[in-house]
Amino acid sequence: MQPAELKSEQFSNYPPEARKLAERYTGTLSQLPPSFVPSLLREVIEYDYKFPVERKAIEKELETLTALSPSDRAEWFAGFAQITLSHQLVNYDWVNSPGQFVEQLSAHLWATHQLDAFRAAATSYASRLAAANPPEPPPIPRLGISVIGQGVTTYNNPLFRKLRPYGAHFTQVKPEGAMQTMLAVVAERAKATPISYGHWYVDGGAEAKYDPALTGVSYRALEPARTELTAKMRAEIEKPGMGPEALRTLMARMKPEDIGLGTTANGNADPVMARFQLKILTEASGTQIFATTFAQWTAREALRRAQPVTLLVRFAPRQKQKPMNEMIAATAPELDPLGSLVDADFGSYYNYLNQQRLPGADRSSFVVWFEGHNQAVAIGPKWQRGTQSNEPTEFKTLLA
Amino acid sequence: MSPVSTNPVELARQFALTRRDFIRSAAGVALGSSLLSSPIAYAAGAMKKRKVVVVTFGGGARDQETFAPEGQENIPHMMSEMIPQASFFTQVVNRGILGHYVATASLATGTYETFNNFAAVPPNNPTVFEYFRKDLKRPPNDAWVVAPSNGFNRIGESNNRSYGPGTGARVILPKHLLTAATSGKGDFSHLLRDNYETPLYTPELGGNEFELQQLGNLLKLSVDDFKSHALTLSSPDELSLYITRRLMREVAPSLLWITMHDIDIAHAGAFSLYVEGIRRTDRLCSELWKAIQAEPEYAGNTTMLILPDFGRDADDDAGGNGFQHHRTGDALSRTTWMLAMGAGVREGVIYDRPMDSTDLVPTIGSMLGFQATQSQGKSIPELL
Repeated sequence: MQPAELKSEQFSNYPPEARKLAERYTGTLSQLPPSFVPSLLREVIEYDYKFPVERKAIEKELETLTALSPSDRAEWFAGFAQITLSHQLVNYDWVNSPGQFVEQLSAHLWATHQLDAFRAAATSYASRLAAANPPEPPPIPRLGISVIGQGVTTYNNPLFRKLRPYGAHFTQVKPEGAMQTMLAVVAERAKATPISYGHWYVDGGAEAKYDPALTGVSYRALEPARTELTAKMRAEIEKPGMGPEALRTLMARMKPEDIGLGTTANGNADPVMARFQLKILTEASGTQIFATTFAQWTAREALRRAQPVTLLVRFAPRQKQKPMNEMIAATAPELDPLGSLVDADFGSYYNYLNQQRLPGADRSSFVVWFEGHNQAVAIGPKWQRGTQSNEPTEFKTLLA
Repeated sequence: MSPVSTNPVELARQFALTRRDFIRSAAGVALGSSLLSSPIAYAAGAMKKRKVVVVTFGGGARDQETFAPEGQENIPHMMSEMIPQASFFTQVVNRGILGHYVATASLATGTYETFNNFAAVPPNNPTVFEYFRKDLKRPPNDAWVVAPSNGFNRIGESNNRSYGPGTGARVILPKHLLTAATSGKGDFSHLLRDNYETPLYTPELGGNEFELQQLGNLLKLSVDDFKSHALTLSSPDELSLYITRRLMREVAPSLLWITMHDIDIAHAGAFSLYVEGIRRTDRLCSELWKAIQAEPEYAGNTTMLILPDFGRDADDDAGGNGFQHHRTGDALSRTTWMLAMGAGVREGVIYDRPMDSTDLVPTIGSMLGFQATQSQGKSIPELL
């Protein structure tokens, strides 16, 4: 089916808010190229489970597209219009399964050597959209904190090599009460500037006690969901003919309740967070088995999607490497604190990069600390790049 | 953050320039452009029967964890032992699909294959092994592939009408062999890791894989010796090297292809394990080169070519997650390198002109004396 044939009743299977949105903009959607519309619908169909920032972005995008003149629209989508689709893709039910369509589109682009052209079209479109809808600065400067190295008593190799050039390296930070200080600071920020899903605490292990004003996600709290998910994965792969694509499709179709998320008994009745957690576990690699990967990816997705102004990420030890089939088995894992420190050191660099992609980067701050030890790096307008301080320093100074 | 060009071609060019400079300074080697017409250090030597060993530095490794200044600590053997003896090509561009099986098959055919990366199917175009064996009338044992996991088992020969079944390489899958030898018993799990991108997928075997009973016949290795030696190894790629050495000693194929894959653990998102994989692969490449020099059938007449199948995503690309994957198709994930050393190769030279990863097969053809007629690539003149 071509987008030009779209009718509003075709969105009847969408969740309620998504349906209203798609129906309102059916006319706009019908004028866009078939290589583009499913990608947009993939966002629209999730509208009910999106964070406020995401909802606003989709609404603005649709409004902008609606306001384009025919000639502007042709110019904006010239790149996408050049992408050729297979007969099979054109006939795919992309209205109801836009996510699966995009997966198949990706394979098609690789196979037909159109990936670079699609990438160029997407980049151009994103630039135009950003110019039409300039991102709004955050109400307060962002603060990112990464805590790494839990369980490591001594480590003699250099840390923070990626982050030091961006900020000040402190070698005599006082570790006493630092974790409590951080939790208090992020809670204060959440109370002083209440923003829905604007202040997060992600823990790669068991979460510390935290203020309910924060949005919290932890590896430990999701253990029942992870166990249920890996049990389902094991059961599926034992079925004849099950391949990676079939497994991926199956996981993409899962609902939060399939792995015990989003129910009151689970203590998490928030459908937006339930869907977020589901995606962390089903759409990413390694989040089901490695606590360090879970913490980094959760932070990445929180920043990309919810665009919080506060994000505290505490990494915890992951299990030791074993064959994958053993790692997804439900047995007590042996931990690898030193390897996890290296993972988290690099993960904190990615946390920083992902934070700095958001609006207001020039005012943002970022702190990374070796848990229980004296080393930290602070980055932000207040800290001179590439410097080192060997003076005794209270931790709260870094967060001020 | 330092400014980065948004033009992929320009980015790749700048990247290669940077790489050339830091490798030159670190390894003390010369620029190839000044040596194109010079006989300096041309290590052709007296030719016995020419042999070629190809190693895919597999699983995808980025420059910043290998040849960039901050990554050189991870490849001490390549930096200090190998590059000074090698011709190093700084810009090998893979324009194909960035999935390991299909990309390795593309390297082996010299044509960008487009089959499903996760399907157990043979390539559509003739492989280097088929050109070699059919055109030069070589016996089956003269071309071998050692590959880490079941997914690679079909790269030995294509389904091309002019070549195809019976004309390709024999394929040995050491992990498959170990599984068969141990019947799933014993603590060998660390050697049996498979396919990190889709860890639960092990396609059914088909094609020309090595049979267990040939362990004794061809490799002169008892099942007990194989098992006990395997217990001393730490990874699938170490197992592959062990089998490769036995193959070289007992069979001495003229064309030998080894696919490394430990580095692909990066897909699990653990940076420490990814770097550990790079360090191990660096060491194994060095051990392989030493083994080549120690084998009378190979010493002095063997060219070894080492190249990654492709890179991994850049940290700066918001569409990816840095080292973890190779999904964005950005310039850095497509741009890698090739190290050539041994017979017919100038020593200590860096070439920074762009070349295609499909140039590998025609180049091997020129070395061994066959024409890769259906390849999209062309011979690398600096290696002829």
